[in-house]
Amino acid sequence: MRRRGLAIIGVVGALAACSPAPKPVNDAAPAGKAGSTLATVQKHGYVSCGASQANAGFSLPDDKGYWRGLDIDMCRAVAAAVLGDQDKARFVPLTGQQRLTALQTGEIDLLPRTTTWTMARDANGVNFTFPNYYDYTGFMVRAATGATKPADIKGASVCVQTGSITEVIFADVSWRQKLDLKPVIFDNVSATRQAFFSGRCDALITDASSLYSVRATQSKNPDDYVIFAANDEANPLTPAVRHGDDQWFDIVKWVFQAQITAEYLGITRDNVDEMLKSEDPAIRRLLGVEPGYGKALGLREDWAYQIIKQVGNYGEVYDRNVGKDSKLKIDRGLNRLQRDGGLMVPLPFS
Amino acid sequence: MTGFVQTQPIAARTAPLAARYNLFRVLFGDVLSTVSTLAILFAVIALAPKLVSWGMLNGIWTGEGAQCTGVGACWAFLRAKYPFILFGIYPPGQYWRPIALIVIFVGLTLYSLPPKNWKTSTLWAWVIGTVIALALMAGGVFGLEAVPTDSWGGLPVTLILTVLSLGLGFPLAIALALGRQSDLKAVKYICVAVIEGIRGLPLLSLLFIVSILLPLMLPDGLKIDKLLRALVAMTVFSAAYLAEVLRGGLQGLHNGQGEAADALSLSWWSKTRLIILPQAISKVIPPLTNTVVVMVKNTSLVLIVGLYDLLSAGRAALADPAWPAPFAETYGFIALIYFIICFSITRYTHWIERQNLFGVNR
Repeated sequence: MRRRGLAIIGVVGALAACSPAPKPVNDAAPAGKAGSTLATVQKHGYVSCGASQANAGFSLPDDKGYWRGLDIDMCRAVAAAVLGDQDKARFVPLTGQQRLTALQTGEIDLLPRTTTWTMARDANGVNFTFPNYYDYTGFMVRAATGATKPADIKGASVCVQTGSITEVIFADVSWRQKLDLKPVIFDNVSATRQAFFSGRCDALITDASSLYSVRATQSKNPDDYVIFAANDEANPLTPAVRHGDDQWFDIVKWVFQAQITAEYLGITRDNVDEMLKSEDPAIRRLLGVEPGYGKALGLREDWAYQIIKQVGNYGEVYDRNVGKDSKLKIDRGLNRLQRDGGLMVPLPFS
Repeated sequence: MTGFVQTQPIAARTAPLAARYNLFRVLFGDVLSTVSTLAILFAVIALAPKLVSWGMLNGIWTGEGAQCTGVGACWAFLRAKYPFILFGIYPPGQYWRPIALIVIFVGLTLYSLPPKNWKTSTLWAWVIGTVIALALMAGGVFGLEAVPTDSWGGLPVTLILTVLSLGLGFPLAIALALGRQSDLKAVKYICVAVIEGIRGLPLLSLLFIVSILLPLMLPDGLKIDKLLRALVAMTVFSAAYLAEVLRGGLQGLHNGQGEAADALSLSWWSKTRLIILPQAISKVIPPLTNTVVVMVKNTSLVLIVGLYDLLSAGRAALADPAWPAPFAETYGFIALIYFIICFSITRYTHWIERQNLFGVNR
């Protein structure tokens, strides 16, 4: 994912260098775009979001062509909040190279597509909201080896994909922790995986979310493999919006906050209707029983109620797409609420 | 040095026997044939049992992802996923619309194959058929639910890109090829620059340009559909290649043809339309169909600009964690579809070559 970032910076750089009148991406402002993003979305009757072509757990169409995943549900939550219907969301499949261009040129209104929040991207025309998933770089090894941390695989041969940021991280990890790991380098993803499963190397290194997906889809018995972190760095995958539309930026930020806060307050898809009768002022504010908060964002008062009723709180979304109720079974880890030791911090909802 | 002139007529010989097709001679005629025949036979005998046990005996024909253990082929995956691979993310309740598009395109193609149907009315049938097919896909008319192009996928996208890039590219190619032959220097050099410029770029970079650079250069608020952008790239690409093929036909035409037309005081337009082009095109039908086959396969490159063509849809189907990603079966299925299309085109070429159109000898 970060490797693609370099490609994007390259393309943007090339653009700046050769296009005769480079468009000032920094202020691709709503002024030139016929009103605010919110007004555009309400006029069209749908939210347009960037999706990947196929990324299990994050954005992937099912057999019926219905998009599912953690990033997809982020977009559906925005649709539920803004338009009152989670299905008023459209998904544009984008490659890693296209995604930021698509957002900057207004082809999409929101980019929730496993995009790492980096400084260069943030400074170059997009605003990152809140990370909706903290990824990390991980090792996958055979469970029979008994290894559970990098120190256990000293001297191991590791399948690495060349040209990716993972290659750099691999070298760092090996050097810093004095592991003397031997890289076995391949030039594409599927060759790297195949080599690992056919026993060419002892371990496979890449983004943990892909490792979980690989383990679920491509191993004969997922329980034969274990996954652990390569280092202590997190990789925040963050939905982004265009520069220059503060209202839309706020809406997307608080749509995500509403889902975290709902989990914090114990509001779920099933009990949200009962919660409407709650005396708890925090719940009354969130669900719009105490009016004013929806209006502040330019939305209806029941915006957060619609998100929770239709899409669910963050914990439900996580478990359904990538967590314990999915095939991927990724541990909540850093994506727990702050209360439970994770990095998801509910901001004051008042 | 003395010259030698044979004064006696050459003795009569019997005509050589028509080369008879002798299977034994072909397979075991000489040492090389014998060795290669035996080698291939051995390879087939060694591999066939594995293929049969993988594909047939141990193949999983029905069931869920968990039943596919990797011993045999996971045909159940294709059984569950073939609508998705064929139609991508198109709404399942509306599958009759892409099916209608496929039927229209295949039907029109079959109708256009015999040379006796090469007439103006066929051209109009294509224009009307294409408009109807695209209207059915897009919806929003005749009370059909609108389906944005972002949700188009699978075989229809492959067919749309092939048919439209060739259909729109061909007239453009004729213009470019004629322009390249033109006596007007400006026209000539512009056409040469366009043809050589595009032929000098890989299709991949053209697709990147239209999908990433073009949107940034367009003024604010002007958005061109992603499918349309890819189509434009593929159209100019096929036009440049077709133009070079047509140039071969134009250059292969005897000067006398044009001169005779001039002598009859035909206008340039009539001369080109009635004399030059029909002969030039019929000369190059085999290389034209070759370009068509290449373009059919080139459509799979749109994968890199995020369009859900047949190949992308297959790959998306493979990403489903509920299945053990049976690559060989899926790619085999997609390859079979491409093979059917491309093999039919080459067989047609063989047939049309034997038709001796316009009395042109090849």
